[in-house]
Amino acid sequence: MKVEAKLLLGLGLFFGLMCAVYWNWSLENAGGVMMFAGMLLGFLPGAYFYWWSRRMPVRPEDDPYATQAQGAGVVGSFPGTSIWPFVLGMGAFFVVLALVFGIWFLVPGLALVTWAALGGTAEGRRGGHV
Amino acid sequence: MTDVLQPPITIAGDDQPQGHDEHHGPTGILKWMTTTDHKIIGLSYTVTSVLMLVIGGLFAEIIRFQLTAPNNSLVSLAQYNELFTMHGSVMIYLFAGPFAFGGLANIIVPIQIGAPDMAFPRLNALSYWLYLTGAITMLAGFFTAGGAANFGWVAYAPLSNSINTPGTGADLWIGGLLLTGFSAIFTGVNLTATIFYLRAPGMTMFRMPIFTWNMLVTGILILLAFPVLTAGLVMLYCDRHFGTHIFSVSGGGVPVLWQHIFWFWGHPEVYILALPFFGMATEIIPVFSRKPVFGYKGMVFATLSIAALSLGVWAHHMFTTGVVLLPFFSIMSLLIAVPTGIKIFNWIGTMWRGQIWFSTAMLMAIGFVVTFLIGGLTGIYLASPPLDFFTHDTYFVVAHFHSVVMALVLGGMGGLYYWGPKITGYLLNERLGKIQFWFLFLGTQVFTFPQYLLGLRGMPRRVPIYPHDPEWKMLNEWSTVGAVMIGISTIVFVVNVGVSWKKHPAGDNPWDGHTLEWFTTSPPPHHNFYRLPQIRSERPTWDYHHPEHRSLGHGTHADEMHSLVGDGFEGHTS
Ligand code: HEM
Ligand SMILES: [Cu+2]
Repeated sequence: MKVEAKLLLGLGLFFGLMCAVYWNWSLENAGGVMMFAGMLLGFLPGAYFYWWSRRMPVRPEDDPYATQAQGAGVVGSFPGTSIWPFVLGMGAFFVVLALVFGIWFLVPGLALVTWAALGGTAEGRRGGHV
Repeated sequence: MTDVLQPPITIAGDDQPQGHDEHHGPTGILKWMTTTDHKIIGLSYTVTSVLMLVIGGLFAEIIRFQLTAPNNSLVSLAQYNELFTMHGSVMIYLFAGPFAFGGLANIIVPIQIGAPDMAFPRLNALSYWLYLTGAITMLAGFFTAGGAANFGWVAYAPLSNSINTPGTGADLWIGGLLLTGFSAIFTGVNLTATIFYLRAPGMTMFRMPIFTWNMLVTGILILLAFPVLTAGLVMLYCDRHFGTHIFSVSGGGVPVLWQHIFWFWGHPEVYILALPFFGMATEIIPVFSRKPVFGYKGMVFATLSIAALSLGVWAHHMFTTGVVLLPFFSIMSLLIAVPTGIKIFNWIGTMWRGQIWFSTAMLMAIGFVVTFLIGGLTGIYLASPPLDFFTHDTYFVVAHFHSVVMALVLGGMGGLYYWGPKITGYLLNERLGKIQFWFLFLGTQVFTFPQYLLGLRGMPRRVPIYPHDPEWKMLNEWSTVGAVMIGISTIVFVVNVGVSWKKHPAGDNPWDGHTLEWFTTSPPPHHNFYRLPQIRSERPTWDYHHPEHRSLGHGTHADEMHSLVGDGFEGHTS
């Protein structure tokens, strides 16, 4: 966890520095804003990792002397196969076609998206802790 | 149906039971549609993106045939615009990126860190469907009345507005890019989460294979860059259809804003494309030099600094607009050469005094390093504004980025020869592989070198005809010869896949590999591992098979020389 946190915070710090130099020097706003957002992308998850790294015991994957047995237990529980990503993808496809060929494509598009959202959620519930 | 993910059994000896229940699910097309297994999704990605390489390559050959003679009329001017636009778009958006982070990385990264699957398997499947439908959407432009998009792969404003480019083709291009853009973002999320959370015990961050490191950084870069592109596309669409004036002067907008947004995505994208292939080369070169990678930490920090700097260089594509801060972007662009140089140095250092096995994968990796070096060095020219003013929008630029992207093709082919046996269980034919390599490598140089010279002589890019001039004609002819050689190499590859189909079983570890993917079976079982070795260095599989030549952990100084000059073979530790 510590390395992950340092990595993201370090990137955020560097982007922040670059942003400060660039914005003050160029006075160009588009790039300044985008670099500022880049800095946040480093700081927000970085801070989250940092917060947790101080409150969690060392994970086996962060322990250089961990044995494989320490990883024993259930990693997670996932749907083995699922049709919902396909349905959702087709829904998104029709929504995009609506941008090009006309608004009525939204009908099948949104119907598929909704169906996939409901189906996928129900499937996730059945699967226990996803 | 639900899968409970159990971690693999610890290795206690070779007589572990192999009885992990195999997966019983749907078969045939239904299996393809419902799978959430990262290996099958990755394979779909690989096959689709190689198909895109072939389609984009066909466009490229037509472009080259048109340019072989000065006033050629193989295609019309309008068709030519569609062809170069769709060639660039297919290659960048639909081949290079998805091949790397959706294809090989999707398959290999979880196995390299000892994970049973990607962190979000269903999201991973969704990524593929968005990619596939995005590709169909973009290419569908060819079947509309107005033809495909024709404003170049960068869609500069105001050329891309609804007056200059009316047609449905342009809208299909925007729509297709929205879909593939989201697919990339989801893959980025998946890669980062998988690498942060699903590593096997003992697989600390600084023991991860360099390929995995590079994919982590690629994932972070995707998350930085792609949302910007998506936002830009939405703005472009609003300008075209909802009467906003974000990019048009007439309504108070700023056309150059599109360039800022596009390249703020576009330059990191260059590294999103390149870093995975850097990673592939860094896996291949040590294995076939029979040495650990030279300067592991240096490699990691080089990758990180490339990523960090890549956010601050976008406007080197905009030098000639006259409204960007030249010194800032020039300095930042030149700085990127430093970590890139470190990488080249480390690749050479890895091969230095190694026992090199010139397999096809190794040849491709070396071809990658050489070709990338050429592209990188000419990139340094372009990072200097005075030189860029002279060469901008000429064939010098076309040659520069084709040295780079053809290097990526070489690296990607190396990746396929290296990991293909792991994925399918069967080796590819080495002899055909070497024929393919020489056509691809020499073809690339024959294709780009005349273009460098043409650029310096002033030939602009994106033009279908040029003045009668014996020298220009000769150079263009040579460039086409190179393009045909590249085409032949692709045919040899397809033939090789056909010829080697289920011929020579690879076994678990055909190359005496270093990393975890070579520990499991070929192809790996459902959830990847029956058992895992103890992880004590960045070469767990090597350590297991060669206990007498185990790598030293970082920070262990005793006998460091030994691990530097190669401990892969007896009696050679000078
Ligand atoms: C078979 C190998 C290839 C050949 C023969 C080829 C040929 C060409 C030619 C002649 C042009 C210039 C068109 C013009 O300016 O009029 C071009 C443009 C371009 N190529 Fe390639 N290319 C090949 C592979 C690739 C690959 C692998 C990529 C990327 C991964 C790529 C990306 C591009 C891009 C982005 C452009 C610029 C398109 C534009 O101006 O909008 N090419 N290619
Ligand atoms: Cu750039």
